[in-house]
Amino acid sequence: MNRSVRMTRWVTFLWTIATILILSQPAQAHIVAGESGGFLSGLKHPWSGWDHICAMVAVGMWGAQLGVPAIWVLPVTFPVIMAFGGFLGLIGVRFPGDQIGDEIGIAASAIMLGLVVLMAARPPLAAAMTLVGIFGLCHGYAHGRELPPGQSGLLYSIGFVVATGTLHALGITIGLLHRWKAGRGFIRTAGAAITLAGFYFLYSAFHEEPEKPASPPAAVSTVMSLQSVTAISVHGVS
Amino acid sequence: MRRSRYSLFLVLTTLLMQRSAQAHLVTTGLGPVYDGIGHFSLSPDDSIPVVALGLLAGLRGKGPGRGVMFQLPLAWFGGGVAGLMANTAPSIPLRCISFMLAGVLVATDLRLPDMAVVGVAMAIGFMHGFLDGAGFQAAGPGKGALQLLGIAAMIFVIATMTAALVVSIRSYWARIVVRVAGSWVAAIGLLMLGWALRRVQ
Repeated sequence: MNRSVRMTRWVTFLWTIATILILSQPAQAHIVAGESGGFLSGLKHPWSGWDHICAMVAVGMWGAQLGVPAIWVLPVTFPVIMAFGGFLGLIGVRFPGDQIGDEIGIAASAIMLGLVVLMAARPPLAAAMTLVGIFGLCHGYAHGRELPPGQSGLLYSIGFVVATGTLHALGITIGLLHRWKAGRGFIRTAGAAITLAGFYFLYSAFHEEPEKPASPPAAVSTVMSLQSVTAISVHGVS
Repeated sequence: MRRSRYSLFLVLTTLLMQRSAQAHLVTTGLGPVYDGIGHFSLSPDDSIPVVALGLLAGLRGKGPGRGVMFQLPLAWFGGGVAGLMANTAPSIPLRCISFMLAGVLVATDLRLPDMAVVGVAMAIGFMHGFLDGAGFQAAGPGKGALQLLGIAAMIFVIATMTAALVVSIRSYWARIVVRVAGSWVAAIGLLMLGWALRRVQ
């Protein structure tokens, strides 16, 4: 095959692709109009903050230390209670202290869960579930409602829950080292590290300015102002 | 020369056939049955409860597994036909309830009677089918029944495969994994309910 034939084929191929791309129209499909994506946002959210990672992994490790049935009861309990926390946040229930309260709760979760892993504490199952549940509530409240604009709540929720479960699985996998003596020491050291990280999160909660609500972009503000002007001019000021 | 003509013909055909997919369904271009299959495959709000019901039936054994395998697609199809005739979908976030119900039943591994498992599956199937049918009708007149047939066929396949997989599980840990998956489904349903209520506010 000579060079000119190859060139012609390439040009034809690129021409076809370019035509399809230029003329393709948006698929106005599906019932959730105006929402696209969200799974990856939800999936990466728990992995994007060390506070969440520390707590999730600690839950898994503690479950592995406690053995059956806590090894699976805790990771089953946590996502549901965490989702309940997210649910409360979404319907507008406010926790004491609001944003700073969330941060303190999350920092406390890392400190407490790190400590129980460090001490290899063995409370009754109900007490362990309660502790994990309370902290799950804080994490869900803080993180479960952070949906980026224009994305699907369902897909975000799926990604968020799957990522949280994966972090638990990671913690359980690390916790399985508990079977060996050296592994037990390693897990306790990891618990100590998580506790220290928790103190850092607590320090940050008190010393960092809380995030201000994002103001709408200039274009949106302009459109909103124009809409207000139009509404006033049409309906008058009551 | 022949290749140039061919490519010109290809481009002209592409130009002439351009149109937007103005549909509730994911239009496959292969007909309404495949549209239904495509819709179900790309709609986690429909497919996840079916997987959860398959897990539930599988956990409970062969009897409920067989029941769900046939009754779920039938109930879905029946609900879909009812939805096509009703033309309006209720505004209550029903899908969230099905996520939570199926998820909690799987997570708790509740020892329900066989008939109750099949009954739950049929109720959820009818409800989702109704919402699908009403959605198709609202999106415009089409071949809704055939689309529902595609969905029902897909449900049969997914429910059968999931239930059969779980029935065959003997390992304690594998059953735990199934229950953990149930807790995830319940958690997703709870968050979905939150989003739905927030939109209402």
